[in-house]
Amino acid sequence: MAIIATEDLGKDYHLGPHTVHALRGVSVSIEPGEFVAVMGPSGSGKSTFMNLLGCLDRPTAGRYWLDGEDVARLSRDQLASVRNAKIGFVFQMFNLLARTSALENVELPLLYGGISARERRQRARARLEAVGLAEREHHHPSQLSGGQQQRVAIARALVNDPAVILADEPTGNLDTRTSVEILALLQRLNRQGLTIVLVTHEQDIATYAGRRLVFRDGRLRTDERVTSIDAADVLKTLPEEEEAVV
Amino acid sequence: MVLQALRIALRSLKVNKLRTALTMLGIMIGVAAVIAMVSVGAGAQARVAEQIQSLGSNLIIALSGSSNAAGVRLGQGSQLTITEEDAAAIAREVPAVQVAAPSSRGNAQVVYGNLNWSTGIQGVTAEYFEARDWPVEVGRPVPQEDVDGATKVALLGQTTALNLFGDADPIGQIIRIKKVPFTVVGLLSRKGQNSWGQDQDDVILVPLSTAKKKVLGVSQANARSVGSISIKVRAGEDMTDAEAQIRELLRQRHRLQPYQDDDFWLRNLSEVLQTQEESSKVMTYLLAAIASVSLLVGGIGIMNIMLVSVTERTREIGLRMAVGARARDILTQFLVEAVTLSLIGGVIGILLGVGGSNAISALAEWRTVLAPSAIVLAFGFSAAIGIFFGFYPARKASRLDPIEALRYE
Repeated sequence: MAIIATEDLGKDYHLGPHTVHALRGVSVSIEPGEFVAVMGPSGSGKSTFMNLLGCLDRPTAGRYWLDGEDVARLSRDQLASVRNAKIGFVFQMFNLLARTSALENVELPLLYGGISARERRQRARARLEAVGLAEREHHHPSQLSGGQQQRVAIARALVNDPAVILADEPTGNLDTRTSVEILALLQRLNRQGLTIVLVTHEQDIATYAGRRLVFRDGRLRTDERVTSIDAADVLKTLPEEEEAVV
Repeated sequence: MVLQALRIALRSLKVNKLRTALTMLGIMIGVAAVIAMVSVGAGAQARVAEQIQSLGSNLIIALSGSSNAAGVRLGQGSQLTITEEDAAAIAREVPAVQVAAPSSRGNAQVVYGNLNWSTGIQGVTAEYFEARDWPVEVGRPVPQEDVDGATKVALLGQTTALNLFGDADPIGQIIRIKKVPFTVVGLLSRKGQNSWGQDQDDVILVPLSTAKKKVLGVSQANARSVGSISIKVRAGEDMTDAEAQIRELLRQRHRLQPYQDDDFWLRNLSEVLQTQEESSKVMTYLLAAIASVSLLVGGIGIMNIMLVSVTERTREIGLRMAVGARARDILTQFLVEAVTLSLIGGVIGILLGVGGSNAISALAEWRTVLAPSAIVLAFGFSAAIGIFFGFYPARKASRLDPIEALRYE
């Protein structure tokens, strides 16, 4: 069964007398364990599509099943619960809470899931370990490099055992080597069975995904399966001394 | 959840310490002002209450009324209608009355050596001192024997003593009232002004019998008549009831028909002073109201800072929403932050207010009274301000669109 299934998904915005069709009739199905890259120029509707997939917004047309649940017509608070339980977000700007330790940042989604303090701590520790930052759990974001911050953000996205990870330009603020490192991490998680949807406008980045959805003018133009590059291999060809610059 | 929100609130308040302190300052000043002002007002009230006590809060004065001869009404006291027997009857027959002291008053020129002074001569009986709560400072009061024997003894009020004797000791000296020599046997304690500004210490007390025979003259109509009776009502008794009973008794004794007016006046001192107490209460409310304005301004300060904080933390709010915070989670977070801000400010304000009130009473030597209720009220009020002024920013935060909020620069 598809973990994400949309049927004629559409989103219109009303700007005064004008109606903008940001997304029109998108039907797509994503199976568990897929690594999908969503591409397209700005204004193509890819951001709108991602907002809908992430339950941050409601479609004006069509249907959307997330993990078997019809979520297209849920209320704001119901959507918040769905996001909390089923979706892990990774953002371009990391969006970590300043002056808050890495561990507490990772715990944040559990806070709204009503998980006990002990279990929160335990699970957050385990996820930080999974992204290789166990020894940095008490560091604040300002004491971490860009790549490390994004790892913390990925740990946060993983902490609720979501059905899908939505990564919106996760490497947009990172240098080449760190970008590849992050992609290697995502690929590793994907191989462990995690479904990942990655938004990017960079062709290079998209090559690490196994499937490409290309948007243009609010429509899904291309949906193709491709052979992905292994980020771990690429990493070996990159010079070691290149430091993260953020 | 609230506990969690409290932790988040404390952390975010710690981030911008100066701003937090300045915002709290508004509430602090407001709460401190309310507490200090209310304590000053309550102090003034307590002083008036004390004054009432000292003047005799339970004092009713019966005065001889006006004569009514063929429709021409003369002034109060123009006819001495009440008598020493009336006083005795009131003390005997009205259970609420503790003591009733008849007295007559007139003015006379008093001479001592080469000094002279015009003052009030009050003819009194032994009960007078009890009825008026007026202890003798030096010497002795007027016992019944003096009244019975019409001895020529006098007690001086403080003002009179100062004018006739200066700093010298008046006890044992001979003064002349209307050329009649009197021996000064006592000096009255200071009574101060009464509630209408008259100096109560400008007086000489002499035995009632002596006053009638030697100074004021005996009324032709009735040798036993007096100008007034000071009636002290027992503590805890109802003044209005006592007054009604006295009125009834006097009307009976004076054989007044139901259609006739009273031929006496009853004056209740406490009424005058209660009016003063009322006005000092009004002053307390006024002070509290003025101080509340600063509390209000402090509240607006909180709202202002919370709005800034919501704007600054838009991305944080967006992120929290993205990872599953519901509208009410965000609302709670910011509301708890505002209330924390106002409550900490309130507690410090209470401490400042208590300190300020003590400082006022120490430096200005004003009496202040710190009511626990005012402190509890100030605490509750600052919490209410936090909720009231925190609600709008918190609601604004909770209604943000997560997409817009996440994209906010």
